[in-house]
Amino acid sequence: MKVTLKVWRQKSASDKGKIETYQLAEVSEHMSFLEMMDVLNEQLITEGKIPVAFDHDCREGICGSCSMHINGEPHGPDRGVTTCQLHMRMFKDGDTIYIEPFRAKGFPVIKDLVVDRSAFDRIQHAGGFISVPTSGNTQDANSIPIPKADADKAFDAATCIGCGACVAACKNASAMLFVSAKVSQFSLLPQGKIEAKRRVLQMVEQMDKEGFGNCSNTGACEAECPKGISLENIARMNREYLKASASSSE
Amino acid sequence: MATLDAKIPEGPIKDKWTNHKNHINLVNPANKRSIDIIVVGTGLAGGSAAASLAEMGYSVKAFCFQDSPRRAHSIAAQGGINAAKNYQNDGDSIFRLFYDTVKGGDYRSREANVYRLAEVSGNIIDQCVAQGVPFAREYGGLLDNRSFGGVLVSRTFYAKGQTGQQLLLGAYSAMNRQIGKGKIKMYNRHEMLELVKVEGKARGIIARDLVTGKLERHSAHAVVIASGGYGNVFYLSTNAMGSNVTAAWRVHKKGAYFANPCYTQIHPTCIPRSGDYQSKLTLMSESLRNDGRIWVPAKKEDVMAIREGKMNAVDIPAENRDYFLERRYPAFGNLVPRDVASRAAKERCDAGFGVNKTGEAVYLDFASAIHRYGSEKAMISGEENPSESRIKELGEAVIESKYGNLFQMYEKITDFNPYKTPMMIYPAVHYTMGGIWVDYNLMTTIPGCYAAGEANFSDHGANRLGASALMQGLADGYFVLPYTIGDYLSDDIRTGEISTETTEFVEAENAVKKRVDGFMNNKGSKSVDHFHKLLGKVMWDKVGMARNEKGLKEAIEEIRQIRADFHKDVMIPGEPYEMNMELEKALRVEDFLELGELFAKDALDRTESCGGHFREESTEVGGPQDGEAKRDDENFAYVAAWEWTGDPSNSVVHKEQLTFNDIELKQRSYK
Repeated sequence: MKVTLKVWRQKSASDKGKIETYQLAEVSEHMSFLEMMDVLNEQLITEGKIPVAFDHDCREGICGSCSMHINGEPHGPDRGVTTCQLHMRMFKDGDTIYIEPFRAKGFPVIKDLVVDRSAFDRIQHAGGFISVPTSGNTQDANSIPIPKADADKAFDAATCIGCGACVAACKNASAMLFVSAKVSQFSLLPQGKIEAKRRVLQMVEQMDKEGFGNCSNTGACEAECPKGISLENIARMNREYLKASASSSE
Repeated sequence: MATLDAKIPEGPIKDKWTNHKNHINLVNPANKRSIDIIVVGTGLAGGSAAASLAEMGYSVKAFCFQDSPRRAHSIAAQGGINAAKNYQNDGDSIFRLFYDTVKGGDYRSREANVYRLAEVSGNIIDQCVAQGVPFAREYGGLLDNRSFGGVLVSRTFYAKGQTGQQLLLGAYSAMNRQIGKGKIKMYNRHEMLELVKVEGKARGIIARDLVTGKLERHSAHAVVIASGGYGNVFYLSTNAMGSNVTAAWRVHKKGAYFANPCYTQIHPTCIPRSGDYQSKLTLMSESLRNDGRIWVPAKKEDVMAIREGKMNAVDIPAENRDYFLERRYPAFGNLVPRDVASRAAKERCDAGFGVNKTGEAVYLDFASAIHRYGSEKAMISGEENPSESRIKELGEAVIESKYGNLFQMYEKITDFNPYKTPMMIYPAVHYTMGGIWVDYNLMTTIPGCYAAGEANFSDHGANRLGASALMQGLADGYFVLPYTIGDYLSDDIRTGEISTETTEFVEAENAVKKRVDGFMNNKGSKSVDHFHKLLGKVMWDKVGMARNEKGLKEAIEEIRQIRADFHKDVMIPGEPYEMNMELEKALRVEDFLELGELFAKDALDRTESCGGHFREESTEVGGPQDGEAKRDDENFAYVAAWEWTGDPSNSVVHKEQLTFNDIELKQRSYK
């Protein structure tokens, strides 16, 4: 099939950036979206032009590197997949496809489709952990039974891949879904309860510092999340936050 | 020339590690603050090492090429992590895990290291649970286990199909705690391009900032390489696109021996290639072989009809199907170890029975399991005389609850529904058992340079068992390195900060700059991928699942030619001092092109078959094992550790003889 690509090109963080148009003549419907981008880059290199920079690594939907806004949606038109799992069979011969980086104040563009998501790391530094030594001298793993339902919910929250699609999908560029997934995972487990207050207060404070917006409950984040992280986590985080703010400080 | 001293502690195997820990030197807390350690790579091994070393008080600098340490490729591990907890009361023990691992590795690993791995395995689970890793649990709230290939107990802990992700996020959270405290300085989007040695010791690295393109000098009192495996030398593999050998290869070229490069794990159940544009292969977890039956048509005319699209797999009656694993290995059936399953699939496809257009695919069929589970479910719920379609419906629901995410992944990639038609699978490169040679302390042949996780060669011999990679990565990082590195660093408490202004650092940086400039100024015409694909094809065709003398000699010649062409004709667009992903690839492929030759040379040298290394010349003839791989313990019970002398063709092999005191050397039989 033939496709026309409208790709965001931006030389560096300080460059203004613009859309460039490219034609691809032979695209197989079995290709993944990123393999189609490989074909584009091979074509650009052969023409002596600069290939399009984009983040990608595992290409199986788990590392969270890929971060393209395709036809107005983070990770494109399919549901429950990352860009690397999107296949060209989702498009038709003759389609025009718009490819842009994730857009948010908290995710400045580095080059072309590559954005800086280190804000997510900094939010985790603020409290995304349980303060336990790595000595291995902890109690036996089975000494604290955890109800299966809680363990499963904690797992569901923990499957977040940190790609940032939630932020890119949100009209407020809010990072609530991402932050709440981590807060939820730990608040559901007995091991995480000790530091729960401190964790939620510090992570939210850092989130605000990084320039992410507030949640206005439109649910776009949940709809676009490739891992199906539930809005329930945001509700849980709000409860944790209220509880922590209302009770005495440490 | 360094001698190979594995430094295995004295005493009975079960006391070695404890005795060793009791007698090695320690560094006092105040002195640790002034000692710097560089950790390259932030997967399970590097992430856990960085977190543990920082927690002990050392000043750690950690490097990863990804935009966050959480994206290292350990994240993609699916199935689980082994530990000898014996929670299931099925007779598991440290000894049994040790035994299974040595046997599974076809008796080509070092006993003392493997025993220590089994010994600390239980601590890993305790540690991870304390960190909030959400392992699967039973209704009573206790941890659940499952079974993997090549063993007779259930010792695998798991978190659905995302165990690697959960363990890595655990290590990442431990790192975050230390980054927040300022004990780890994290360098994201940085790639190590050279090791710096001062007076023979590893004292730093040259890294390229992948955003600005600037070369940076970083000094430390010790350097830990935890940069993963080199499966991408095959171009197509289940590794991430960025996984590379560069950090490991650079220390090799600076004096660290490279051990058993030819030991590669080819995983039997991966989604087959679909075209030349293919960039990577996707694994379907080994757990699927618990319920899937592997087969090809028994008749050539059926194969042809399927390839031409005139027939479907479901149209072939049972008597015309060849369940070749069940036929050849009645005792283990579809659950033979990975190397055995992969070779058997290749044998059928080479004989012309492959079921897709490329002739490189076999079926993994869940119809029997769906029927079995469906009938059971109907019986339990008291449905009398259920229809065939009702049984299927019930059975599919059971399969979905067990493997739902894998089935969905398969359908997204291939557009076929595996509940209705069998999956098509083919073996693919997945893991490399070979790596940098290390002693019992995980130190390479360069003083102060350590290697951990998949980057070292130590624990899996010639074949790795499922769910053991995660175990090894975390064992090395959490529980081995933090002890052994202190022994070395206790001599460095008076050294003080290492200057980066010395001749050694200047020269190392200049050497990297020369390589970068060489690529940027090359007036070539072809992309890096063009050469990487050529290399991959030679590796797969001649150094892949089955190897022979003629093919290996040809491969060596062809790789040399590709290497020469690459340097002559590669073209790198853009500038060196900016984000330049083509330049990043060129620097990696340059190293793959050297490693590839050493890999083939090692495979040529080892004329026996063992584990994942299959030499066609070394097979059993006659008797019950006719056609199976034939090991040669008399001549090859050693680790081949290669020394770099300027060119892969001149590399010199050093042999570490393997002695087996606690396990008897036996033929692996799965018949």
